[in-house]
Amino acid sequence: SVFRPFLCSNSIAMPTIGVKRDLLFEALGRTYTDEQFEELCFDFGLELDEVTSEKLMLTKEQSEKRAEDASEAIIYKIEVPANRYDLLCVEGLVRGILIFQDKMVPPRYEAIRGKERLVIRKETSGVRPHAVAAILRDITFSQESYESFIELQEKLHQTICRKRALVAIGTHDLDAIEGPFSYEALPPDSIRFKPLNQTEEFTATELMEFYKTDSHLRHYLHIIKDEPLYPVIYDRNRVVLSMPPIINGDRSKIHLGTKNVFIECTATDLNKAKIVLDTIVTMFSQYCAKPFVVEAVEVEQPDGSVILHPELPYREEFITATEINKKVGIEESSAKLASLLSRMCLVSEPMRDGKTIKVEIPPTRADVIHGCDIVEDAAIAYGFNNVKMTIPKTNTIAAQFPLNHLTDLLRNGLAHAGFTEVLTFALCSRDDVATFLNKKIEDVPAVHIENPKTVEFQVARTTLLPGLLKTISCNRNLALPIKVFEISDVVYQESSKDVGARNERWLCAVNYNRAPGFEVVHGLLDRIMELLEVAPGKEKDAEGYFIKATDDSAYFDGRCAEVICGGKRVGILGVLHPSVVRKFDLPMPCSALEISVEEFL
Amino acid sequence: MDYLERVKKVHGEGGYGSQGYKYDWKIEEAKKNILRTHTTAVSARMLYKLAQGKFKPVKYFSIDRVFRNETLDATHLAEFHQIEGVVADYDLTLGDLIGVLHQFFSKLGIKRLRFKPAYNPYTEPSMEVFSYHEGLKKWVEVGNSGVFRPEMLRPMGLPEDVSVIAWGLSLERPTMIKYGIDNIRDLIGHKVDLQMVYDNPLCRLDKETKQ
Repeated sequence: SVFRPFLCSNSIAMPTIGVKRDLLFEALGRTYTDEQFEELCFDFGLELDEVTSEKLMLTKEQSEKRAEDASEAIIYKIEVPANRYDLLCVEGLVRGILIFQDKMVPPRYEAIRGKERLVIRKETSGVRPHAVAAILRDITFSQESYESFIELQEKLHQTICRKRALVAIGTHDLDAIEGPFSYEALPPDSIRFKPLNQTEEFTATELMEFYKTDSHLRHYLHIIKDEPLYPVIYDRNRVVLSMPPIINGDRSKIHLGTKNVFIECTATDLNKAKIVLDTIVTMFSQYCAKPFVVEAVEVEQPDGSVILHPELPYREEFITATEINKKVGIEESSAKLASLLSRMCLVSEPMRDGKTIKVEIPPTRADVIHGCDIVEDAAIAYGFNNVKMTIPKTNTIAAQFPLNHLTDLLRNGLAHAGFTEVLTFALCSRDDVATFLNKKIEDVPAVHIENPKTVEFQVARTTLLPGLLKTISCNRNLALPIKVFEISDVVYQESSKDVGARNERWLCAVNYNRAPGFEVVHGLLDRIMELLEVAPGKEKDAEGYFIKATDDSAYFDGRCAEVICGGKRVGILGVLHPSVVRKFDLPMPCSALEISVEEFL
Repeated sequence: MDYLERVKKVHGEGGYGSQGYKYDWKIEEAKKNILRTHTTAVSARMLYKLAQGKFKPVKYFSIDRVFRNETLDATHLAEFHQIEGVVADYDLTLGDLIGVLHQFFSKLGIKRLRFKPAYNPYTEPSMEVFSYHEGLKKWVEVGNSGVFRPEMLRPMGLPEDVSVIAWGLSLERPTMIKYGIDNIRDLIGHKVDLQMVYDNPLCRLDKETKQ
């Protein structure tokens, strides 16, 4: 059976937000040079990624025509930590920085009871079971804050919402709709509405077709496309607010003059939906007539129970000054540490025992889940670069991994023999390990990659030979002979391992010259055995090594032998078959030696 | 409760002083095989092994291949190498990590370091390591580091007062900076110019390299 692992993206991609520099400085209450702002970012854990402008961005994208009329106002592209959803908009960024600088006290977010209700019908449980909602009352948007509001939703969709699969956000003009609202799941043909920015009505089935060519929305269709029932939110007059996670209805769309915003988040992960909702309302309630006050919505569950959202939880954790000091390597009082933490939005106070600190975790800091998160924030406020450096008192006796030690010794031995080391790719094409070596891929125990971006990543190599031959091919204009080697891992399928595969360390050397040079690789084998202190032996001997003629489709008939050591086959050598040499674009013949190193440990 | 159960629990409900991540940890997701994106995956196995016997302090390192499925360009390949160091002992501090990093990088000829708060899912605190590049006249990132989270260590069975500090960097990036190489394919893979390999001087990190 074929075994198929995935290739994944490496690190957490750092989200980047673009903020207008002058607006940012106005909100921060002062101006900075780029270098000064970079410094500030550095200490706080942000990175000023790029200084650009709308005009420059469009020019880069080669939209020269649009760039002509574009703004030249400076935009800062700032990278924020992937777990800080409260820093994903300029509102949160400014708030975080001002609190960090002791220029502002963290606001206290409050949810007050309202009269609106969202009813979740039980049919949603099969497709997208969770929904939460909240209202921003008496809000006043400016052009900038309105754009920021839209942008935050997009940023959340791309990060915590996992491209809307886990959570989808819909924001609506409450004055254009009428509660109570219902969150239902219906067959796609029964859902009919005018979607955002369209002039006609569509059924949900038609929308799946319509949005297939939409460069933005087509990526989300798969989330519900094949479901028997699609999620949809209605108001009391059956006006469609949204069809999550795809598109909102046009009737409820928000605009610059919107005064009351109804926010709904539907989800497959309730915890994340709550964090998303809390993030949006804590950030944008600053523009409400009563700042930082959010109106709650009664969310009726299928079983009839009612939960008020947003929850905006405040949580208390207790930690001792000793614990923080010990983990960081500093010596501060509980009072000092409490004030450091407060600058990180974790409002804290020292307790009367002089040792304990009461830390309040606000709804904007859902990333704080353990004392170690508190320790980090204390260290950030203290300044990582102010912490005195020490050396661990750990005494250990060191040793190199035995296989790597042997590999290093052999590398030197091969170099002394006049071979040059190369470092080739572990991933290659199926042809490289099969057809180019006159083998069938079904007969090769290779690990196949499920999602290769190109043909070069189809399999993990089962032999070092193709890599060496490709290297010679790219260097074939160099003086002859070209003698290269590599000692590295190949990968085989192995059903007894928990990951279904194992690595094996192989040595491979190739001699490329006008004459094939069987004697060259044979001599190399003898030298390697000498270095490994393995004496020549005969077939009847239990120990020692010898070579024995064999057939291998990659090698020339009658010029190929297996290497037997201690009664076991440990490798192969010989003249490569001309068809193989041709496949790798080489005009001259090659001889090769391949042995498994692990046998000699 | 076995290791798998403990991991599942700390993700879903919390434990060991943590609120947990509050989602449904699924074995199907965990079983999906991928080519490792960092060697920390293997360091974690080593730490688990260590925790099965009586704990003794260790210092481990690894220099090995990792894989990524991202857009390829002049400085990015699908596979490259990572250098990783790990120290596990009682009561290690952030100051200890900073000290080790200074010692480690000074061996590579890098003496001026600054540390920036960062984020890794499995370390807290986390620090990106920056060094001052005299040629480029700016601070460049040379590595990533942190203290492993209790949600990672405690399910393994490591004692509560054991801290594990770790750091990592790519092998190719500092090499390219040192030798003034613009395209990573000139350094690793089959397109490397063998003449460059033949002609290369000794690598003496304690001495300035001519570029």
